[in-house]
Amino acid sequence: MATVDLKDVRKVYAGGVEAVKGVSIAIPDKALCVLVGPSGCGKSTLLRMIAGLETISSGEVSIDGKVVNTVGPTERDIAMVFQNYALYPHMKVYDNMAYGLRNRGTPKDEIDRRVRDTAKTLELAHLLDRRPRELSGGQRQRVAMGRAIVRNPKVFLFDEPLSNLDAKLRGQMRVEIKNLQRSLGVTSVYVTHDQLEAMTLADVLVVMNGGLVEQAGAPLDIYEKPASTFVASFIGAPPMNLIALAGNALPEGTKLVSPVPPSAATLGFRPEDVELADAAHDAADGMDLEAQVEAVEPVGAESFLYSATGGGRIVVRVPGRAIAQPGDRLRVLVPADKLHWFDQAGKRVG
Amino acid sequence: MVDTPVAVAPGKATSTAAVLGRKEDGAMLGVSRSSRYIAHAVLILGIVIVAFPIYYTFVASTHTLQTILRPPLPLLPGDQFFENYSEALFGGVGRIGGVAVSTLLFNTMVVALAIAIGKIIISILSAYAIVFFRFPFRMVFFWIIFITLMLPVEVRIMPTYKVMSDLGLIDTYTGLTLPLMASATATLLFRQFFLTIPGELVEAARVDGAGPYRFFKDILLPLSRTNIAALFVILFIYGWTQYLWPLLMTNRNDMNTIVIALKKMISFADADTQWHLVMVTSMLAIIPPILVVLLMQRWFVRGLVDTEK
Repeated sequence: MATVDLKDVRKVYAGGVEAVKGVSIAIPDKALCVLVGPSGCGKSTLLRMIAGLETISSGEVSIDGKVVNTVGPTERDIAMVFQNYALYPHMKVYDNMAYGLRNRGTPKDEIDRRVRDTAKTLELAHLLDRRPRELSGGQRQRVAMGRAIVRNPKVFLFDEPLSNLDAKLRGQMRVEIKNLQRSLGVTSVYVTHDQLEAMTLADVLVVMNGGLVEQAGAPLDIYEKPASTFVASFIGAPPMNLIALAGNALPEGTKLVSPVPPSAATLGFRPEDVELADAAHDAADGMDLEAQVEAVEPVGAESFLYSATGGGRIVVRVPGRAIAQPGDRLRVLVPADKLHWFDQAGKRVG
Repeated sequence: MVDTPVAVAPGKATSTAAVLGRKEDGAMLGVSRSSRYIAHAVLILGIVIVAFPIYYTFVASTHTLQTILRPPLPLLPGDQFFENYSEALFGGVGRIGGVAVSTLLFNTMVVALAIAIGKIIISILSAYAIVFFRFPFRMVFFWIIFITLMLPVEVRIMPTYKVMSDLGLIDTYTGLTLPLMASATATLLFRQFFLTIPGELVEAARVDGAGPYRFFKDILLPLSRTNIAALFVILFIYGWTQYLWPLLMTNRNDMNTIVIALKKMISFADADTQWHLVMVTSMLAIIPPILVVLLMQRWFVRGLVDTEK
């Protein structure tokens, strides 16, 4: 229904703080774009600028090809789901959902039909006469979603909508949001600091840091080819192991069979991309390093071995029950195609 | 004679405590029996001290002037209830130019309601502007309002009187109420409440297409209703008991408020004063504020303690 385009968007606050330092993103029609990053990276500010709740210092925000820099939130035809839901406490669920439509002068029977349809989709039909304080967290979340959906807007904006739910409910709602977004086919922008949410929801994943886009693209592409050490350590849990190379020398206990790219300053590998080998076995290519297990974290389907190496602490992911105990020595092999190289500035090499 | 009170008192106390104990089992958990007795004794003593003068006024209002002037005044109500009350309410009281107390009640009601409602409207609107709008000199305006808090009516009474009399507003309801309406206290109270309203709620309303007027009417006003109710009770009583300003602003007897009329009804010479009518007027002056408090009690308490948002 609509594309969202950001062109070199900046936000400078009155005090001179620059929250967003020039961001350009093109979100295709019907796509779910997730902005992810640590707190203070400017992702919420960016979302609020798309919503029209925050003025744009420079650059252009366009919705459906039209520049909306000076257009108010109402006329942008967007709907927003807030972190704390922001339901009107004194209104019943029905009125919460109908309020936006009433303000737009939608006919009464049309409002009624749409509210009831939406309530049915979200399994809220039996709650229409309740007030927000009589609902559980998950139900409030649904009402907030319903309030957005019922308006049938061009763009959905989600501002960390799941961060107030418990882990189980968060998982459920994540799937539901994804299905709903796909079936409604509404272009969406979703802000979160949770990389798991970001990975699973996104069609377009945008990793932000310090007011700038670090990397944008399909989630798995970012996972497989992180553009910087920041992205490498932010996407994936547990994060990528990074080992600093002193000049071109390798830390003690580390052997490299593959050549080191000339400008590389850091090498990285994912905890799941390793192979544990016995002494007799030699690495055909890639890296070979010795590690001592310091702690074991079994989580059921897999276990994490926190181990010390000459180059610092690494995490190794092994399937099922851990075979090692704290104090054990490991030989960790990483194939060459699973090694990531980063230069002095933290940018990807090769 | 000596034995009777001793024998009666414990019996009475037990039954009272039993009733109260049942009612408040949960709330009073862990409080010993004897401390409960003491608490009730203190409370009852307090009530007696506060209520006895009012009761005595009521008693006096049901006797003839002669009975009142011939001490001691009986402790039980007399038989002049209907005579005294109808004389005061509808007959007119001589010392205040034959104005009936019903006129006074009406005047006072108009003044108290106008002050309470006017204050609420003005202060909620100014608080709305100060909290939710960004305009030049916003904080200057806020501080100007705040500073007026430090000037009581009495301090600025001469200039205010001059303005009102130049405008020809002596002996009018406007003159009686207008200067008392602008209220820093109520503005501050609403401001504090508005500041607790989450920013997300304001933004949600903006996204939902509610402009400033709709946001005020559909969201802010309903959320403030307990505050408004609490404030109404306080301001109604404030308006009802105004003394100095109505005293200056009214010359005509039929524009008096009940408190002013009451003062005028009492003469230095005891024989001139129609004490039975004074007592009736006092009783009548108490009733409307009591009614307001009783009827709005639930709202009043919620407005003062409510944290639900």
